[in-house]
Amino acid sequence: MTENTPTRKTLWVVAAIGVLVYALFPVAWIISLSLKTPASIGDGSFLPTHATLSNYTAAFDSDFFPPALRNSIGIALITTVLALVFASAAAYAITRLEFPGKTAILAGALAVTMFPAISIVGGLYNVWRNVGLYDSWPGLFLPYLSFSLPLCIYILSAFFREIPWDLEKAAQMDGATPMQAFRRVILPLAMPGVFTAGILAFIAAWNDFLFANVLTTSNAARTAPVAMAYFTGASQFQQPAGAIAAGAVVVTVPILIMVLIFQRRIVSGLTAGAVKG
Amino acid sequence: MATVAGAPTTAPAQTAPPGGRGLTGRAKAERKLGLMLSMPAVAVMVLVAGFPIIYAFWLSLHRADLRFPALDRWIGLDNYISVLGSNAWWTAVFNTVIITFFSVVLELVLGLLIAEAMYRALYARTWIRVAVLVPYGAVTVVSAFAWSLAFNPATGFATQWLGLSTPPLTTRAGSFVVIILADVWKTTPFISLLMLGALALVPEDLYKAAKVDGATAMQRFWRITLPLIKPALMVAVLFRVLDAFRIYDAVYIITNGANNTTSVSLLGYQVLINRLDLGLGSAIAVLIFFSVCLIAVFFFRFLGASPQRR
Repeated sequence: MTENTPTRKTLWVVAAIGVLVYALFPVAWIISLSLKTPASIGDGSFLPTHATLSNYTAAFDSDFFPPALRNSIGIALITTVLALVFASAAAYAITRLEFPGKTAILAGALAVTMFPAISIVGGLYNVWRNVGLYDSWPGLFLPYLSFSLPLCIYILSAFFREIPWDLEKAAQMDGATPMQAFRRVILPLAMPGVFTAGILAFIAAWNDFLFANVLTTSNAARTAPVAMAYFTGASQFQQPAGAIAAGAVVVTVPILIMVLIFQRRIVSGLTAGAVKG
Repeated sequence: MATVAGAPTTAPAQTAPPGGRGLTGRAKAERKLGLMLSMPAVAVMVLVAGFPIIYAFWLSLHRADLRFPALDRWIGLDNYISVLGSNAWWTAVFNTVIITFFSVVLELVLGLLIAEAMYRALYARTWIRVAVLVPYGAVTVVSAFAWSLAFNPATGFATQWLGLSTPPLTTRAGSFVVIILADVWKTTPFISLLMLGALALVPEDLYKAAKVDGATAMQRFWRITLPLIKPALMVAVLFRVLDAFRIYDAVYIITNGANNTTSVSLLGYQVLINRLDLGLGSAIAVLIFFSVCLIAVFFFRFLGASPQRR
């Protein structure tokens, strides 16, 4: 299967190029659209004839997109930190300690990842309006924990299982205090897993549309994906597609950077979170 | 032995002194610590997922219309009778099944092909992997906009390039195609990365042996690759089917239900939020919840998917 005849080589190179085109074509398209002038948006071409940044200035000059971007960043970061704190403790207990109900917790976390968002958003909508969480940051990062927390518990449990915990004892025998053993030995081994879980939790929170669409109504908490849908009503004199595309590029850039830097971790997290074991 | 060994360092609440005490004391302390560390996470999950589901169930048994709060009362299963007797629900179920089926089938075929291409790639492996992660990381709404703006003749190129006489987004079938394309583009990388992991575990010797025995490439795929990656494949399919069945973002952005393309999640949203009928909307929400449970049970029971760890 692996002897590489020239034909076979060409075949796999072509296949690899096909994969690249598949993955990047829609992104290239949205970037290209975002650079078009309002007049040329309807010209049916893929590339802009005259590139302009006016769509970006339009997006950033709007009164709702910059706040939405701020909300997205803040809410996704808070979600990530909270999920990691709760999930690290739980995953540590599940992998390292013997106590009743640990399999039930894992099974419960798995069940929660399968909860349809639409099934919990209606109840939250009603409760949030009554307790003052509607259209607020906590009103979004709390529901986001419903998917990011079980995700982190799963990924961290998988990672923590692989840590050679005996090293800690060995370090202590060599004279390290428990704190030193934890900081110098266990923490460096655990950090990659925590980091990976954090990246995936951030991407998941960043991606949400349903919760944000239902539970926010103003600049106070509306996130960027929802704000993009609002460009339609924002500009009545010009085609909003350019501004939408610019917004789409802006929303995608942070993720692209993360993917570039952390691709190895993301892949290991995806496989650990979904299939391993 | 000594399962507590690693515990003291991360555990401010650790009570068992090193050594000394009997096993029961130790086991007790360990049990207490385990519960203390996991309870916050459990409490959060109950609060943000468990409670809202139960509340949705409670609401679904009531007339709870925010426009007429004075009329709130217990009505038993009436909301379910209304939903299950309505065309809108069954059309949405049909639409969702169509989207789910074609999305997942396409994703499987494409996902396996991409995984194979990535596995056999000779050059630039890292770059291919980075590229494949781009759709995974792209926000669903962005993917939906990219595809719908491409297929809209007023903003895009696709209708012209493909020489289509009717813009796809003006017909039901065309709208489904665009929705499915947006979903497939974004989620296929997830499947291919899982498959890539599984492919790497297939021993190369098996292929060599089969080749010596004269097996064709097709036979090697069906007889060696597929059986060996089946467990990973089934889990990926389960996750994707559940995900596709909940589809909301892409439908909302691309058609918002126009051309008769409403999905069950979108229908739930419309009744809950646009019509503010929490009772009826919650009945839809609960029905979706149980559909998802049924799908999961079906996969566990009959198709052998088991995401349980070790």
